[in-house]
Amino acid sequence: MRLREIPVSAWIGLFGLALALFAAALGPWVAPFGETEVVGDVWAPPGGDFPLGTDNLGRDLLSRLIYGARTTIFVALAATILSFTLGMVLSFVAAVTGGFLDQLLSRVNDLMMAIPTLIFALVVLAVLPQNLWILVLVMAVLDSTRVFRLGRAVALDVAVMDFVEAARLRGEGTGWIIFREILPNTLAPLLAEFGLRFVFAILFLSTLSFLGLGIQPPAADWGGMVKDNKDGILFGISAALVPGAAIAILAICVNLIVDWLLKRAASLRGGRGDG
Amino acid sequence: MAELLSVRDLRIEATAYPPGEAPRRVTLVDGVSFDLAKGRVLGLIGESGAGKSTIGLATLAYGRGGARIVGGKALLNGQDILALGTAGVRALRGAKVCYVAQSAAAAFNPAHRLGTQVIEAAVRHRLMTPEAAAARARKLFAVLGLPDPETFGQRYPHQVSGGQLQRAMTAMALCPNPELIVFDEPTTALDVTTQIEVLAAIKHAIEETGVAALYITHDLAVIAQIADDIMVLRHGRTVETGTARQIIEAPHEEYTRALVNVRGTVTEEATDQTGALLRVESVTAGYGDRPVLRDVSLHLPKGQTLAVVGESGSGKSTLARVITGLLPPTTGRVLFDGAALPPALRSRDREALRRIQMIYQIADTAMNPRQTVRDIVGRPLTFYFGLRGAKKTERVRQLLDQIEMADRFIDRFPAELSGGQKQRVAIARALAAEPELILCDEPTSALDPLVAEGILKLLLRLQEETAVSYLFITHDLSIVRAIADSVAVMYQGRIVRFGPKSQVLSPPFDAYTDLLLKSVPEMEVGWLERVLSGRRMESAGN
Repeated sequence: MRLREIPVSAWIGLFGLALALFAAALGPWVAPFGETEVVGDVWAPPGGDFPLGTDNLGRDLLSRLIYGARTTIFVALAATILSFTLGMVLSFVAAVTGGFLDQLLSRVNDLMMAIPTLIFALVVLAVLPQNLWILVLVMAVLDSTRVFRLGRAVALDVAVMDFVEAARLRGEGTGWIIFREILPNTLAPLLAEFGLRFVFAILFLSTLSFLGLGIQPPAADWGGMVKDNKDGILFGISAALVPGAAIAILAICVNLIVDWLLKRAASLRGGRGDG
Repeated sequence: MAELLSVRDLRIEATAYPPGEAPRRVTLVDGVSFDLAKGRVLGLIGESGAGKSTIGLATLAYGRGGARIVGGKALLNGQDILALGTAGVRALRGAKVCYVAQSAAAAFNPAHRLGTQVIEAAVRHRLMTPEAAAARARKLFAVLGLPDPETFGQRYPHQVSGGQLQRAMTAMALCPNPELIVFDEPTTALDVTTQIEVLAAIKHAIEETGVAALYITHDLAVIAQIADDIMVLRHGRTVETGTARQIIEAPHEEYTRALVNVRGTVTEEATDQTGALLRVESVTAGYGDRPVLRDVSLHLPKGQTLAVVGESGSGKSTLARVITGLLPPTTGRVLFDGAALPPALRSRDREALRRIQMIYQIADTAMNPRQTVRDIVGRPLTFYFGLRGAKKTERVRQLLDQIEMADRFIDRFPAELSGGQKQRVAIARALAAEPELILCDEPTSALDPLVAEGILKLLLRLQEETAVSYLFITHDLSIVRAIADSVAVMYQGRIVRFGPKSQVLSPPFDAYTDLLLKSVPEMEVGWLERVLSGRRMESAGN
């Protein structure tokens, strides 16, 4: 792959994501102030020492945005990767095995999906101890139902093809069939779903934080920051929009990258029909 | 004679997007000219990619999948249809020129009754009132020999057979009383016994209505029955044009001669057919409660070929599934090399699996599109023999050589191969396991005649070299003549006839085998009439 072949849109996406990851990785070193340090007036306008202004307690918004990137991206990414691993493995096993196991997994999945995700998450998180890993796990399990649905559908499409039958007739095990025969042929839709799910995870985490069940104050996270500053909007203070914009921009950047990867996957030599 | 359609120097281009290269323009049709008079039938014949369908669609002023008509004229009654605007094209399609597609099952909307769809074009174009159109449709149903023409239109597409659907589609094309109909391989997807009925119905309807037709097919024997003139196409250019009789009986060009003689190969059968590598003993199998195979018994000696013949739904592919273990039989057993094979795939060991390999009908779906030829052919080598690295590559090269493909194909993906090459790679994959039996499930039916002949020759040569046995599933009797030692004729899940080829293919016949043999089009003008009049005489005699 040559760098020149990467389209502008993908460059924008990569740049945005790199910036976010950079902030997440080096937060404490690049942030001008501490995460919970009260450094100025309440809701000071942008300018001077505070490029983005201050929040409802007089903390520097830029610093909190940088620290927030760390928790937000880490939790969302961990939850997405976990939900994909879980959802894809289960869905592929269901699609390849079929029969009773497929029915069992699919119906349990239906059961999970029948309960509204947000309410389910609120109940579970309210009962369980407040812990970052539990948050990640709950988000992953709830999200994996969607991944399961998609994964099973695309895997079934491929599982009935003659080359999978040929592999079965050769005597290949389920592992080979899943990872070598089916997975490479389902990457395109799954990749697109990954981008979407990651963004949804950020939004979901922000929603939870907004409702007070996500990241606990005083730790910064983008959704929580919107919540902290939402009252300012009534007075014409734009502080709540800053973390909101960060969420939107990251979402767009991730999707720009996924779009590009998707096109690449589809036009790879040997793509299914469209290559 | 006044020409209805006159195509002059037609040029059609498209943009190709070869993987890993810059897009480039390709010429699909290059300077094709022909004339078609009222009431005549012109046959367009050629292999896939010859541009025959593209030409057919161009007479509807349509370019499919990005095909652009870049030059030439197509005069219909003196008016250039390629220069028409949107409104003109709309008035043309479905009114003056109609189209009959290859797959009627895909062309009908399953949610609407046949009658509504058949008269739709005529009513939409305000050519007839719905009542008049429905009356015409009923008349056409009768002309096309459809059952209960009065009520046929009330059925849904899934309630009629494939052959009836294809005839209903012909009625749909004829309903607006067009001047020209384009038939795009209307009988290719049908069984031979159905094909002859549809062919006869189409021919009768053309004579009855006096419509002109372009008839597109890749089967010269079919077109010889229906066309007045034939144009042979290759790579978008005209090879030769002539009357049907001249093309069949005295072709000028080498390529046409090859097409005419393509079904000529006949092999001698093996004299000793007593031993049995594979023996199927009174197998009954099916899905759910309905048996697809009923009490099937047959055997295949080592190093020989058994052809299993029958129409779709006769259970021939199910037989292959039983032998491979994908569908365990409910009763009966399968013996391989003297020992009973475990009925289910799961309970067979690797060695048993290695000895029976399979070649599929559609090579595209039989190979993982994300694997290279090296991986596809190399996997059985690793899996069964533990070959890796240079040794594996060396063996893959040998196998490629055996299937007459050059070394440079080794790192290609299936999408970068032609249809015939794909099927060769599939054969190499089967060979890689060094099997004793290869189940061939119609491996040539999706290929062009000349390519298919190459594959058959390759299979025969490999049999000589490796003494592998073939169980060859087919519906094409010319293939049976070409390669089989013994033949099993299947009908509705039963073996109606089984034995050495010479015996099965010579009289006295049972009713089904007789019908099957008489339905295979022969490379001869007037064959259809002869067979049909023969059938009428028989029914008159009864």
